[in-house]
Order: sequence, then C-alpha cells, then structure tokens
Amino acid sequence: MDLQLVSLEIGACLLGIVVLLVDLWTPAERKAQLGWWVAGGLVAVFCYSFTIFDQGTGTGATGYVKDSLAVYFQGYFVLAAVLVVLLTQSYAARIRSGISELYAFTCFALAGMSFAAGANSLVLLFVAVELITITFYVLTSFERHRLRSLEAGIKYLILGAASSAIMVFGIALIYGSTGALDFHEVARAANGLNDDSRILLYQLGVLMTLGGLFFKLAAVPFQLWVPDVYQGAPTPVTTFLSTGSKAAGIVLILRLLADACPSLLGEAWLRQLLALMAAATILYGSLCALRQRNLKRLLGYSSIASAGFVLLGLVTLNDQGAQAVLFYLTAYVFGVVGAFTVISVVSEESGDEDISTLANLHQRSPLMATVLTLSIISLAGVPPLAGFMGKFALLRAAISSVAVHPVMPWVIGLALVGVVISFYYYFTVIREIFWGKGRFWAEEAPSTEPLPCPRAAEVVLLTCLFGLIGLGLFPEPILYIAGEATEYLFSAN
Amino acid sequence: MSPLTYIMGLPLAMALILAVVPSEKRLFFRWGARLATLGSLLLAIYVFSAFDPPITDQPGPLPAQGTEESALEDEYGYKFTQRVEWIPTLNIHYYVGVDGIGIVMVLMAALVAFAATCCAQEIRTREKEFFILLLLMTGGILGAFMSLDIFLMYFLHELALVPTFIMIGVWGRGQDKDFAAYKITLYLSLGALLTLAGVILLYLQFGSFSLLSMMDHATQFAGTEAGAFSATEQNVIFALLMFGLGILVGLWPFHTWAPLGYGAAPTATAMMHAGVIKKFGLFMLIKVALPLAPEGAQTWLPILALLCLGNILYCGLVAMRQKDLNLLIGNSSVAHMGFVFLGIASVTTIGLTGAVMVMVAHGLLAGLAFGLSGYLYSQARTLDMEKLQGLLAGMPFWGTLMIMALMAGCGLPGFANFAGELTVFFGAWKVYPVITTIGIWSALVIGAVYMLRAIRTLLHGMKGEQTPEVEDLKHWQRLPYALLVAMLLLFGFYPKLITDKIGKSNATFEQAKKAQPPIEEATE
Repeated sequence: MDLQLVSLEIGACLLGIVVLLVDLWTPAERKAQLGWWVAGGLVAVFCYSFTIFDQGTGTGATGYVKDSLAVYFQGYFVLAAVLVVLLTQSYAARIRSGISELYAFTCFALAGMSFAAGANSLVLLFVAVELITITFYVLTSFERHRLRSLEAGIKYLILGAASSAIMVFGIALIYGSTGALDFHEVARAANGLNDDSRILLYQLGVLMTLGGLFFKLAAVPFQLWVPDVYQGAPTPVTTFLSTGSKAAGIVLILRLLADACPSLLGEAWLRQLLALMAAATILYGSLCALRQRNLKRLLGYSSIASAGFVLLGLVTLNDQGAQAVLFYLTAYVFGVVGAFTVISVVSEESGDEDISTLANLHQRSPLMATVLTLSIISLAGVPPLAGFMGKFALLRAAISSVAVHPVMPWVIGLALVGVVISFYYYFTVIREIFWGKGRFWAEEAPSTEPLPCPRAAEVVLLTCLFGLIGLGLFPEPILYIAGEATEYLFSAN
Repeated sequence: MSPLTYIMGLPLAMALILAVVPSEKRLFFRWGARLATLGSLLLAIYVFSAFDPPITDQPGPLPAQGTEESALEDEYGYKFTQRVEWIPTLNIHYYVGVDGIGIVMVLMAALVAFAATCCAQEIRTREKEFFILLLLMTGGILGAFMSLDIFLMYFLHELALVPTFIMIGVWGRGQDKDFAAYKITLYLSLGALLTLAGVILLYLQFGSFSLLSMMDHATQFAGTEAGAFSATEQNVIFALLMFGLGILVGLWPFHTWAPLGYGAAPTATAMMHAGVIKKFGLFMLIKVALPLAPEGAQTWLPILALLCLGNILYCGLVAMRQKDLNLLIGNSSVAHMGFVFLGIASVTTIGLTGAVMVMVAHGLLAGLAFGLSGYLYSQARTLDMEKLQGLLAGMPFWGTLMIMALMAGCGLPGFANFAGELTVFFGAWKVYPVITTIGIWSALVIGAVYMLRAIRTLLHGMKGEQTPEVEDLKHWQRLPYALLVAMLLLFGFYPKLITDKIGKSNATFEQAKKAQPPIEEATE
C-alpha cells in the first residue's frame, strides 16, 4: 500500500503523538495554547494530503480509495476537527485531567474518520469504525470528576459495543455468503449468488452491518444513546460526535450501499425500510425535543431529527440524493458547531446548561447571540442560511424520486410535519436569547453583565457565521464539489 | 443593473450597515431605516412612472438579441429585468423584473414600508435590532414581488417572514404575545413549506425555476400531449399552492393566526405584515399557480370560492364581536382577503384585475389602519373600545383619518377599496352568482355594522370617563398617514392609474387561462 495515499491519516496520528510528547515539556498554564498548533497542523496535513490526490494516485491500493468522495469527506472531517480543537481550547478551564490528551484523541478520531471516508473493504470499515468509537469512549467520559460524563461514557460503551458486535456479525455473514471483503468483490459475488439461503444470509449481513452504521448516525431505532451521551460528554466532544462521528457513519453507509450491494438497490423492501426509518427518525427527534430544557439534550434530539433528513436523502438511492446529503452535512456542521460553542461558553459562566441561561444573551454578547440565532435558524432551515439550502436540496432530491417510489409522498409529508414541529423548539431557543426571563424559580433577574468570549471560541464563531451566511447565499461551490464527489456513486452500477 | 435591484437592495444594504453601528447611536437606526425605505419608495415611483404598458398592436422594439428569456420578457411585457446566474447546479438565477401586476405591488409595498418606518415611533428600546429586522423584512418582501425566478421568490418571502417572530416577542404587546408569536410562526412556516413542495414539483415538471420559460412552456403545450403534465399532477400542485399560500394569506379556516398576530405585533410589523407580506400569497397564486397549473385550478377554484365565503362571512361576524380595535381591524383585514380570493376564483380578466386592485388598496388601508391604531396605543396604552370613547374631539386629525380608514374598509366610494371590490364583483358575478350575492350583502351589511359601530363608540359622542388623555398627531408625524390616505384617494378617484398597468399584464395571463373551458357556459 502506498503510504503517501494515507498521508492524512498518518499525519493526524503523528500530530496526536507529537502533541502528547510536546505536552511533557510545556508548562501547565500554557498547555491549552497547544490547540492553535494542533489546528494549524491539521490544516497543514490536509493541504499536503490534498496535493497527493491531485497527483493522480487516487486508486490502486486495496481496501482504501482516495476518490473525490473520500476527499470531500476528509475535508469535512478536518474542518470539523479544527473547529472542535479550537472549541476544546476555550473549554480547557473545565478539563481537570490533561488537555493535551483531549487534543490527541481528537486527532486519533479524525484519523479513524478519514479512514472511514476512504474505506472500500469490510475490514477497513470495521477498523475505522472501531478506531472512532473506542476513541469516543475515552472522550465522552473525559471529565472524570463529573458523574454525568462517566455515565455518558458507560452508556456509550455498552451500546456502542453491542452495535459493534452486531456489525461484526453482519460482516461475518457477508463474508460467509460471498467469500469476499472488498466492496466491489462482494458486489460481484453477490450478483452471482443463486442459492436462496445464501442470498438471505447476505442480505441479513448487509442489514446488520447497516445497523451498526445507523448507530453512528443515530437513526431510529438506534438513537437511544444520544440524549444522555450528548448531555454528559464534554461539549467539544459532543460537537465532534454530532458532526464527525455522524458523518463517518453516513459516508460508510453511502459506500456500502453503492459499492457493496448494488444488487439490493432495486429491492423495494430496502427503500421501504429506509423510508420508514427516515420518517420515524424525523418525528422522534422533533417530538422528543419539544419539552427539553437542557440545551445539549435539545440539540441531541435535534441531531436525531437531522439524521432523519439525511436518511430522507439516502432513501432516494441516487446521485442527486447523495449530493444533497453531502451538502446538507456541510451546512449542518456550521450550525451545530456554532450552537455548541455558544452553549459551551454560556454554560461555563453559569454552571448550568438549562435553556434559561441564555436570557439576556443579546445584551451580554451580541456576537454570541447573533451566531446562536443564525445557527438555530439555519438548523431549522430558514433562508438565507446554509441549512435552508441543505433542506431544499434534500427535499428536491426526495420529491424528484416520488415517481419511482410510491411511499415517498408520505415520508415527505411526515418530514414536513417534522420541520414545522422543529420550528417550535428552535424558536424557543431564540425566544430565550431575545426576550427570555431567565429562571422562573430564581429570585433575582438574569444577569446583564457582558459575557466575555475566549479568543479561540471567537474564531470558531466567526468561522461559523461566515459559513452559515456564505453557504446560504453562495452554495454553488460546495454544491458543485458535492456533485463531483457523488457523480458516479450510484449511477456507476 | 436594474433599478429594481436597488429598490430591494437599499433596505438590505442598510440593514448590513446598521449591523456594524454601535447600538448606542439610537437616532442613527431610525433615520437610516427611513432613508433606505424612502430611497426605495422614490425608485419605485420612478419605475412606476417609467413603466410603459406594452402596446400589443404595434410592432414593438426589436427583441434584444440573444437569449430566449429576453424574447419572452418582451412577449409578456416584463420590464427592468436583470438576470444573473446564481446557483447553476440547481438551475437557479437571480432574476428580477416587473410586469403590470408586479410594479403596482412593488409601489404599494414601498409606500407601506416607508410609512411603517415612520410610524415606528413607539420603539424606544433596542432600536438597532428592530430596525435591522424591519429592513430585512422590507427588502425581502420587495424582492419577492419582483422575482421572476420562483425559487428566488420563495427565498425572499421566507426571509421576510422570520423577523416577525422576534419582533412580536420583543416589542409586542399584551399578555398573549408569546402565544401569538409562536402561532404566527408555526402557521406561516406550514404554509411556506407546503408552498415549497409545490414549487419543487413545478420545477420538476418544467425543468426550470424561471417563471417566464415555465409560462411559455405551459402556454405552448396547453392541451397537447407533449410536455403537458397530467391533470392529477396539476391537481396536486395546485392544491399544495392553494392551501400553502392560503395559509399565508389567512384563508378561512386557516386564518386564526392573523388577528391574534396583528393584535400582538408592534405597529410597524403589523403594518408590514397585514399590508404587504400577506399579499404575497395572493400574488404568487395569481402569478404562479393559476397560469402554470390551469387544469388543477379548475378542480380547486370552486372550493376556493366557497372558502372565501368563510372569510367574508365568518370573519366579518367575528369582527362584529370585537371590543379591541386591533382585533377588529385584524379580523376585517382577513375578511377583505375573501374578496381577493373571490376575484382569483373567478379567473376572469375583470375579476383578476379587481383582485389586484383590492390587494393594493387593502395594503395601503391595512397599513393606515394599523398605523393609526398603533399611534392610539402608544398614547392610551390600551385599545379596548369600551375604555376609549369620543376621541375625535381631542384628536381631530387622527380621528378624521381613522374615520376615513374605517369608511374605506366598508367600501365607501372614493377610496381605492371601493373600486377594487366593485371590479371583483363584476368579474365574479357571472361565474359564481350565488356566492357573489352573499358576498356583496355581507360586505355591505356586516362591514358597515362593525365599522360604523367602531366609529360611533371610538370617535363620536362624549369623551368617556375612563378615556385617558391623548394627544393628536403633530407636524411631520402626520406625513406617513397623510401619504397613505392620499394614495387611497388617488387610486380611488383615478383607478385607471393602476388598472391600465394591471390590465395589460393580465392580457398575458389570458394565454395561460386558455386551457380552461369557459366557466360561464358551465353555470348556465
């Protein structure tokens, strides 16, 4: 295997190790500052790996491809990781154990995601998923002094391990029935299957593998872990979980469906299953979020609803749907990171994550109020922000496949109902920012003191602001790249 | 660059500028907003006067060489167009231009927007946020009326909707303002989403978002196999658009958000929303739904005609029972939408022309009425008509205008509303004789009952015991109200000013309506 091909993954791992080493010689009070270097390092490594792609070494090695889809997602993961690292830096005061380990683990998780983006065999798929998941076991329970963080870690560990077990069983079934591990070989072998029991085993294997990936995506019925883990994990970790880890699941699902089981794409039951999951996920996420007062939990449920929209794009099982999914994710990352960053800063000051802590934010920090408002409105899917374009692209893809697929009108109808419901809880957050009264049980009125924002968080917020408005008004470049990345994904077969 | 771009761009650019001004400079925001909307208004007047209705029987100037679109612009009589590629991947353009209907709506919107910024006196806290939101709203809705790309149209309208939530919540009045803010937002988002589904379906049928090429396609292939889409699809699309846009306008029984929302909204927001933004649904119904899905329209328009009776009768009766001035105006404004729906449902040239006239007249009237009631609220801190009596003596100017507004609301000749409503009835008479008869009666009787009653209690008679001390409008404060009344009277006495423009562009809509069988015969 050409080592240059995986320069991004190697670079990310090396960066993680270097951070751990540098940490030994860095005075304690300056350790947090390492974040700038890590963020810069990640960008540099990505740029270097991007030049490799340009030199045309895109194919060849077994089990791993660096095609335009992989590069799109790797760019996405690096973007998410850089923002998360900067967010981590502004979160440093609350980390009692070493901050450098947090940076390092983010890098390791990034390596796993990056592998996932290019995975082209079941083995690499499993290894990549495990690299991500195990890293996140550590990350979620990183604040050992907080009971909730430990609880989140344990819950994620148990459920994650169960889902990995299901997935590895599914992989075994696929291998047993087709005798292949490489996606394209699996597809070839599956086409040649004519024994009914073997086909059944193969289909069962694919379903179980998909199940493990849907766990990452947090689609119903694999969503139960989300609220507790999102609430308990340190905020930067939650952010990475809901952007990076989710997207890793999506790219693997896309590759698995498009490359490894083209023979199943015509099956009505697969579409029906995906459609059912999409509708259930959107409704579950939206309905459960209605009564949430904890901001991180609320965003957890909202991320379930977003997973439902991603599924809506997947149901179409065509290139247009995949393109929409890719764009939606990119729009989503700015909204989620922006929202979590503000929540992280606000909750540090107030020691609470209740929605009422946002009261008077418009006065205390106009920048944070603006970014949080725009992030929330973007997540709700309102013009002129990035999220609207994402939802529009998804709806367009979904509606255009109505003719092919009879269940689609119902799913789209339910999705629209979900969007209307989601307006309620999203706008509750906005209400709290602009005219919230604070805690109704508290004696004194909510504070109106200016709320300082750490420099690193400010950088993240400005990036998100730029991304939200930029992608909303000028989505063309990203849409174009997403279109390139998914051009022959499904239609190649 | 088309002057239309500046009409829309000025408020949006000013919103951007205001965003970087420190919030202590409070005067800056008020005057900045006024300046921007005044600029838009002047430009709109310029475009209105420079807009020459196309003369169809003489050979016009040679079509501009080049694109298919520019030939269509000439054919359909669109002026001041500008077309720039925006999102090529999705085949979306920044494409603006106006025909007769578009320009009268733009002019009306610019008038009300300028009046609204002038009437925003009551905003004494957090001016920065308020005026930025108001400008966003203004720019968005002005742009929506001039878009020729239906994605852009939807996009800009939705941009205008969202600020409502924050405006009602922060600067709104009354106990129920939170409830009102949520209700208006959820209803309008539902309407907007249904519309979005319809828009996407239209795009999939025609392969383009450009209104002109869609119209061209619809006219050319009407009744033929090639390219015409089936009646079932048209039914679905028209239903989505009719109910989606209907919710945005306050079609009975989806109207309950409107009186509540307007009652709770700050003055400028209520003026913009009731006067201008609500008209967008009707505008899109006339410009997009009718010509592009005529067969679907055939199925659904009789139902629309029935529902519009709900607006006229039910909301009129509800308005009779109101004790709060804003709720009365709000309900009557929903009732007036019934006339527009009736005009649209008739799909005759006269009916549609009347519908657009009512849209313009009611836009000015709603702006005026909500502006006046907002001023009263800022003086008396209540709008309960039982506590406010005999105001005319203390506020002669305000009272006179209020009488004029209420009278215009029940269709007094001389105001533009009368001209418009009469035209609608002429147009609808042949198609829906029964519904029109009921509509006329209730318009006359019910409208007169609540409007005259309001005049009696509120303005005439002795000053009530509980009535607080109020001051009349002074000096330049009178300007926005006087402007709106002047325009109402101008269009009322000389409706040719707008009918000429509307009539010419309606002629092009006739092409799309060719697909319909003559309804007159069906009813005979």
